[in-house]
Amino acid sequence: MNDHTADDAVPEVDESRRKFLIAATAGTGAVGAVLTAVPFVASWKPSESARAAGLPTEIDLSRIEAGQMATFFWRKQQIYVVKRTPEMLALLPNHNGELKDPESKDSDQPAYAKNAQRALRPDVLVLIGTCTHLGCLPKSRFTPNDASVMANWPGGFFCPCHGSKFDLSGRVFKGSPASVNLKIPPYSFPSDSKLVIGVDPAGEKGAA
Amino acid sequence: MSAVIEGKGGFRAWFNKRLPVDQFIEDQLTGYYAPKNFNVWYFFGSLALLVFVMQIVTGIFVTMHFKPGETTAWNSVQYMVREVPYMWLIQPMHAVGASFFFIVVYLHMARAFLYGSYKAPRELLWVIGMLIYLALMAEAFMGYVLPNGNMSYWGAQVIINLFGTIPGIGPDLVEWIRGDYGIGDATLTRFFSLHVVALPFIIALLVVLHLVALRQVGSNNPDGIEIKAKLGPDGKPLDGIPFHPYYTLKDIVGVGLFLTVFAIVVFFMPTFFGLFMESPNFEPANPVSTPEHIAPVWYFTPYYAILRAVPDQKIGALLMAISVAAFLFVPWLDRAQNKSIRYRGVLSKLLLGMFFVTFLVLMWLGLKPAEGLYVMLARIFTALYFAFFILLPFVSKADGNGPVPERVTYHAH
Repeated sequence: MNDHTADDAVPEVDESRRKFLIAATAGTGAVGAVLTAVPFVASWKPSESARAAGLPTEIDLSRIEAGQMATFFWRKQQIYVVKRTPEMLALLPNHNGELKDPESKDSDQPAYAKNAQRALRPDVLVLIGTCTHLGCLPKSRFTPNDASVMANWPGGFFCPCHGSKFDLSGRVFKGSPASVNLKIPPYSFPSDSKLVIGVDPAGEKGAA
Repeated sequence: MSAVIEGKGGFRAWFNKRLPVDQFIEDQLTGYYAPKNFNVWYFFGSLALLVFVMQIVTGIFVTMHFKPGETTAWNSVQYMVREVPYMWLIQPMHAVGASFFFIVVYLHMARAFLYGSYKAPRELLWVIGMLIYLALMAEAFMGYVLPNGNMSYWGAQVIINLFGTIPGIGPDLVEWIRGDYGIGDATLTRFFSLHVVALPFIIALLVVLHLVALRQVGSNNPDGIEIKAKLGPDGKPLDGIPFHPYYTLKDIVGVGLFLTVFAIVVFFMPTFFGLFMESPNFEPANPVSTPEHIAPVWYFTPYYAILRAVPDQKIGALLMAISVAAFLFVPWLDRAQNKSIRYRGVLSKLLLGMFFVTFLVLMWLGLKPAEGLYVMLARIFTALYFAFFILLPFVSKADGNGPVPERVTYHAH
């Protein structure tokens, strides 16, 4: 550093000081620019009313026949609710070898639905009816041995868009473009005949 | 220096001293020397500019009647084409114009491949062009979603969900793009804003940069030799002619032919056999009914075929992204000494021919359902697609070095 003598006609430029000031100004400006971007980026997130419309949905199970599927809306997604019959459940373990993720290790479901039947209650299957490939609606093809789906079809879901196949637990078959099983939303049973989508059972935690 | 500026007196001199219009015209048109051996392939650059202007103008008028949103978009389109005078013409001009934009841009890109127009010193010209192409894809996709027909809805569902395959941030990113748990009002209004404000600005800026870069390096030509290497005594290229009046007049012929074809399609076959407008889009969006099979508009189907060819979703999405991005690297993948296909060996010709055929076959496959033979073919042609980019460095190096003429090949008409 030079001594600051007032008589210096041409003060020597302090390069390191200049560099520091340039870097500090540019750095502060950059931080400001990033912070200013926050509200603009955040404005794209779901609005309060969109969030409110995503509140839990209550379903009366007594209105669904055994072996039938009903669909509901929750958070703009189709929710498939299937009352599985004992026959349907009996077929489930037979084709584990043909599945990509038979034990749902890589798939998305609440911890309480990560079991052999992928359900809180074996007789009630709850799925998000959005193909895990690219979001089409898989169609119900519950009749076993429907050769138009595939040979030895155990019954399940078929996506008409890109041909993904899922069994009656929403588990994806090998050879499908979808790589994971159909998602399961958080849900619980406040009573025997009531199903609530969007609320975990008391004492349980959400997604696994 | 323009003589007008130095000349004294008159309104024109006064004006040019303050706004250099004459200088600009000289720099950009009358003093810009382009090779004299351009052929029909050289129509598509100016035609792309024409379609861009057409889309802006028709778009301004469509915007006057369009009401973005989940419940209003579909009805406002029906209303404008049925009840507003002449919107039956202007709205289809805008919709069909999108397809023609891509026809022109694909031919413009094919020209670059034929004559090596992306090679040094035109690498940035090509990269800027590719950025225009990417912006155009975003612009076209959002424009397709806006009317909220059933194919708009499900196409958007599929395309937006592609971002969900990005590891880690995927699901949150998808929610952020949509602004809701599904495609809704928030999605449609933000797409409207991007489609009519943000992306047109970006495309216009990129077009200006594309032209500035072109003025800097000069046009390539079918022989792929630099006309600036042979200058006449006046310092102008011996094989160059002023862009105006020579090429402006030639381009007017191209414009005439183009508008004839465009008018025939707009008036007599605006859906173009379900390719330019798909039949499910003549129904409003229905979140509980997926169309029998979802296919994007024809200009995206080569990439869509690649996406579907892969049995694993994440790898499929990744390959699709690579298949688009690969174009950016072509200037550095092509290691031939010569630019034009005219002066390359038979292997280069076969490779490029294979690529053109592959692109068209994938385009066709992307329109077909993903089943049986189509899947097998899509896999074969996806392999060929990437084989082009992998083989290009070796083939171009091996047989792209023959002798080239001193001067451009030109036959006076």
